[in-house]
Amino acid sequence: MQIQPILAALRKHRLATVLIAMEIALACAVLCNACSMIASRLSAMHIDSGVDEASLGFIALQGFDPKTANDLNARVVSGLRAISGVQSVHVINSVPFGPQAGATGITLDQAGKQFRGVPEFYVGDPGTPEALGLQLVAGRMPAADDYQPVKNFVPASSRVLITRTLAEHLWPGENALGKEFWTGPFHFRVIGVVANLSVQQYDEEGEQGAQWTVFAPGLPGPQLAGTYLIRANPQDLDRVMTEAKAAIARIAPDAVLDYEWSDTLPALRTKFFRTDRAMTGLLVGVIVALLGVTAFGIVGLASFWVAQRRKQIGIRRALGATRADILRYFQTENFLIVSFGIVLGIVLAIGINLALMKWFEVSRLPLWYLPVGALVLWGLGQLAVLAPALRAAAVPPVVATRSV
Amino acid sequence: MFAYYLELALRSLKHNRALNVLMVVAIAVGIGASMTTLTVLHILSGDPLPGKSARLFYAQVDGDPTPDYKHAEPPDALDYQSAVDLWSARRADRQALIVDSQIKTRAPEANRPPLMLMMLSTTSDFFPMFEVPFEYGSAWTPEDDANRARVAVISSDLNDKLFGGQDSVGKTLRLGDADVRIVGVLKPWRPSPQFYDVRGGRFSNGDTSDYYTKPEDVFTPFYTGLEINDGNFNQFNCWAPPPNPGHLVNSPCNWVGLWVELDSAAKVVSYREFLNSYAQQQKTLGRIRYTETRLRDLMQWLDFNQYVPRNAKLQTWLAFAFLAICLFNTVGLLLAKFLRRAGEIGVRRALGASRGAVFAQCLTEAGLIGLLGGVGGWLLTLLGLWLVRRQPTPYSDLVHMDVAMFFTTFVLAVVVSLIAGALPALRASRIAPALQLKTL
Repeated sequence: MQIQPILAALRKHRLATVLIAMEIALACAVLCNACSMIASRLSAMHIDSGVDEASLGFIALQGFDPKTANDLNARVVSGLRAISGVQSVHVINSVPFGPQAGATGITLDQAGKQFRGVPEFYVGDPGTPEALGLQLVAGRMPAADDYQPVKNFVPASSRVLITRTLAEHLWPGENALGKEFWTGPFHFRVIGVVANLSVQQYDEEGEQGAQWTVFAPGLPGPQLAGTYLIRANPQDLDRVMTEAKAAIARIAPDAVLDYEWSDTLPALRTKFFRTDRAMTGLLVGVIVALLGVTAFGIVGLASFWVAQRRKQIGIRRALGATRADILRYFQTENFLIVSFGIVLGIVLAIGINLALMKWFEVSRLPLWYLPVGALVLWGLGQLAVLAPALRAAAVPPVVATRSV
Repeated sequence: MFAYYLELALRSLKHNRALNVLMVVAIAVGIGASMTTLTVLHILSGDPLPGKSARLFYAQVDGDPTPDYKHAEPPDALDYQSAVDLWSARRADRQALIVDSQIKTRAPEANRPPLMLMMLSTTSDFFPMFEVPFEYGSAWTPEDDANRARVAVISSDLNDKLFGGQDSVGKTLRLGDADVRIVGVLKPWRPSPQFYDVRGGRFSNGDTSDYYTKPEDVFTPFYTGLEINDGNFNQFNCWAPPPNPGHLVNSPCNWVGLWVELDSAAKVVSYREFLNSYAQQQKTLGRIRYTETRLRDLMQWLDFNQYVPRNAKLQTWLAFAFLAICLFNTVGLLLAKFLRRAGEIGVRRALGASRGAVFAQCLTEAGLIGLLGGVGGWLLTLLGLWLVRRQPTPYSDLVHMDVAMFFTTFVLAVVVSLIAGALPALRASRIAPALQLKTL
């Protein structure tokens, strides 16, 4: 295939060539960046919470008198346990994708000098880590005497579980077991490390902090009341939660059920990521519309060119060019224009990504997206040009003999 | 002449129907996407109190004495002592303390289970200062503030829910364990954003959609609220754990907001001096250590909090990038459309039409296609806004198309098509008549 005559012909149609190339370039830039944004949102939506979500539900009560907290906890725990299918009920301050219950800055020294970030704290009564289904990777689970009364939001001095990610962050390369940290006057000593336990309110821009959590064993009381973890078989969970919510009015008429947060963990996860899902849907919509518009643009312009060159095509055919030659001519032409656009598009994609990283804290565009985006656009171009090119190939040689 | 061009344009629409439909659809989709996002952005970035916002200011003093961070900016809320000191100095034309909290609410008359509602505890200036409209009754008086009177103003939503929309002034509401008398009922009031509660934007990573929630349902005098909901307040931040969580009076926490109204530039200057001298004086007394203060007006305060959700801005950029692609597409197709008629244009030129006339005619055609695209774009925008309203965001009920955005749709569509048409029209007007006539 000779490229020289194609380039010569394109030089005659400089404006239209540049237009399609620019369109392809913009499409390439938007496509790569939109795909990268979709990927980062999807990966955020697949965060590992570290707990047996499918078996867990959360009940939050409000509006009760803190003086009656012990009585309320006792009533609710025994009342909910009576529901058939409930395996266990625990008092816990919050759950992953639940309300933010305790995010506090920690330091590695008592004086409060060596600040190490803001993890989130979980506090639960005896048996909570087992009910959550936390995976221990080092050390031990809290024993009965590790559970102490909660003062303020954690016990004054507690023996805690932390996640592997937080352990690695606080003491890189060291064994975290037995290590200590503080927040203000509160003291913590690590007795176990768990694989994962994600934060309550996950913020994708602070991804390094998604697993920065501490589990502090505590005893129910005025500072740990009104929020409960229910464990049931996954197939029973929806029914159990419906019954539990209905039972609250009877068990605790003095409290108000918080409908926003009282739900199964899978439902809380879905709610938590709904804006991400909406944004992902929007991005997919834009990509589809964009590819459609680009493809139709190519079809329109290529059809025009075919119509314009009808006579020349007839002459070429009369001079011995086969149908395949004509078909290949238009396909190669399209390939060249799209390639030109892709080169521009790659530069533009990187530029836009840098701007997005600066203004919107979007993550860096993985470089392998660029060749994939290029392949998609080459394919799109070939697909769009196919119909006009076939029409061109069907031009009979006899056209050459008519009114030159 | 324009009428003639329009007639020609209408006639040419009938030829090349596929090409024309393609262009109209591309413009419509591009305009639909851009106008949907632009309308959302327009609604979210508006001034909640036009005409008044430049006279409202948010006061900041740094009550945190700990050297943990640089203290380049004072915190977004005041500690109790500073807030009450500044408020009771009454150096502004109007001043309102604000703090919100959740409270269990019942109406003894209405037979309903209790509700957990947001309560704003504020001072009497709040209502005139923010031009809050009343349906029944009125705000409480400054004496009620001082006497910690058990009175409340309720939202129109709550009045509908508890009292069926009747005049409920004088009726009793049970907040927590306290009975308060209703003195006022608001008209539906939905500032966008709910500006007076805005704070903490720089820590929100761009997710600021919570700034667009509805105002609180219950309003009580500041001290009354602190009394009846003691133990249920949330801090903005604390520099040491509060001895009694939820009870924040005289605790090491920032949690109260102070809004002031200053009606002249001179008063703004003197209030700034007052804030600085207060900070200096407190530093001398040893209560605070950092004397950085701020007095931002309402829009500055909103901008400082980057109040427009980042997602909305990102979507707008995305939509306009898409519109740009549609624009390039239209340029290419218009070029094909005009050059295909090279023969016809050649005849017109030979019969005496000037280049300008050909150019104007081509632009008229482009403009007509833009207008048609605008109609399609308007319909698609309505569809887009309907989709946005179905999203579970706090501002979804605010999203609608206003007159300005309606006209913007068509202006944008026509402008885009004229820009797209300029280059092809120029090319068409350069067609040499002789060359075309030869081939006829």
